Amino acid sequence: MTSLRAVIEKLGLESVSSFSFSDRTVTGGYASDLLSCTMKGAGENYIWVTLQSHLNVVAVASLANLAGVIITEGNRPDQETITRAEKEGVILMVTSKTTFTIVGVLASLGVRGESPIPESP
Amino acid sequence: MAEVAKFTKIQELIYELPIERVMKKEIIQVSPDASIAELKEVLRVNRISGVPVLDGGQLLGVISIEDLIKALVEGDIHAPVRKRMTTRMITVSENESVVEAVKKFAQHKVGRLLVVNDQGVLTGILTGGDITRGLLQAISLDYRAEEISRYRAKHIFEDIVSDQTSLILRYKVKAKDLKKGGNASSKLKRALNRLGAIPEVIRRVAISAYEAEMNLIIHTDEGGELIAEMQPDMIRISAIDHGPGIPDVNQAMRPGFSTAPNWIREVGFGAGMGLTNIRKCVDSMKLESEVGVGTRLEIVICLRSEMGEELHQNKGYLPESS
Repeated sequence: MTSLRAVIEKLGLESVSSFSFSDRTVTGGYASDLLSCTMKGAGENYIWVTLQSHLNVVAVASLANLAGVIITEGNRPDQETITRAEKEGVILMVTSKTTFTIVGVLASLGVRGESPIPESP
Repeated sequence: MAEVAKFTKIQELIYELPIERVMKKEIIQVSPDASIAELKEVLRVNRISGVPVLDGGQLLGVISIEDLIKALVEGDIHAPVRKRMTTRMITVSENESVVEAVKKFAQHKVGRLLVVNDQGVLTGILTGGDITRGLLQAISLDYRAEEISRYRAKHIFEDIVSDQTSLILRYKVKAKDLKKGGNASSKLKRALNRLGAIPEVIRRVAISAYEAEMNLIIHTDEGGELIAEMQPDMIRISAIDHGPGIPDVNQAMRPGFSTAPNWIREVGFGAGMGLTNIRKCVDSMKLESEVGVGTRLEIVICLRSEMGEELHQNKGYLPESS
């Protein structure tokens, strides 16, 4: 368990929305640019690393109750997306680094990535 | 911008709450002619650490337990309060917000502030403890308001009596409107929260409703409807549309199979995992479709686990995907 604030500081992330929720706890991590995969693979309070930056990212993060979204490779959400994120209490963070680099640092911080939904037998 | 948004609930309250709401209004005071021995009794009986000194309504100073200890050390216990009190009085206005008091505490290192009204008349006393208590109370009031509306929603099934009560929520979903993606499922999630569903159930409903909603947006000609029927022990969600229909339902159920157009894939949809995700979240699932007519997806999520076990065995509306 890591605090989102620690993640933001260690990775030098720029938070673009809902910073007031940054005392959330991160219980795991997930990286994908496919939204359905994130729905399945990211557990509650997981941090999601993606290069997608559009409105639906907020919907997924809010519905899956994620701790936050790190948008990589310099992609930036537009104002409409930021406004929605503020409304839904979703923390969007941006970085110019790649998903690979960010995941590497997250792993070194002890963030794990087990899938919350067990595979059906 | 991050700086502006950096407020927690407590910080918000510190700025919002007026001092008047948290201060102690019954002012315990001593007269300047009372002895230090008498002061000691006032502090002990009321379990406080300082009092204002008033003479016929006129504020002369403050005297604290620290002054008392100094007087004791110097053997000055029979001296009048007037002699040992401090006349340096730190005041705040009752209309100011708590943050002003916090600043004054930090600045002057005093144990209590004298609260005055617009006319400068003493109306209360404020200590650090009063602020803590006031903030906790304000937070719990907010919390209670949310609890009450939750309580009301939670008991809807008990308060309204019938042989079978269900609450039906309908959401219209427009085709191709990706920006609205997740709106219906977000509203449904909020409703379940209010109804007091457990987080694990809410999560399963949120994921399956979202995937069903996205299917209506991405794949239908004219959109469709997401209908959630809530009963005390289960939730049934139906996603209904009028075309184009799925040619091969078994194929559609296969993980990774996707018919999503490129413009959809570019923004991260169309992984071919939607129906697979739904299947993993629900206790029963039924998918019927006819090309040119429409598709009807019906899923059930149980609120009691024993019921789910039973239904799980009937998950064979569809052949299991391999």
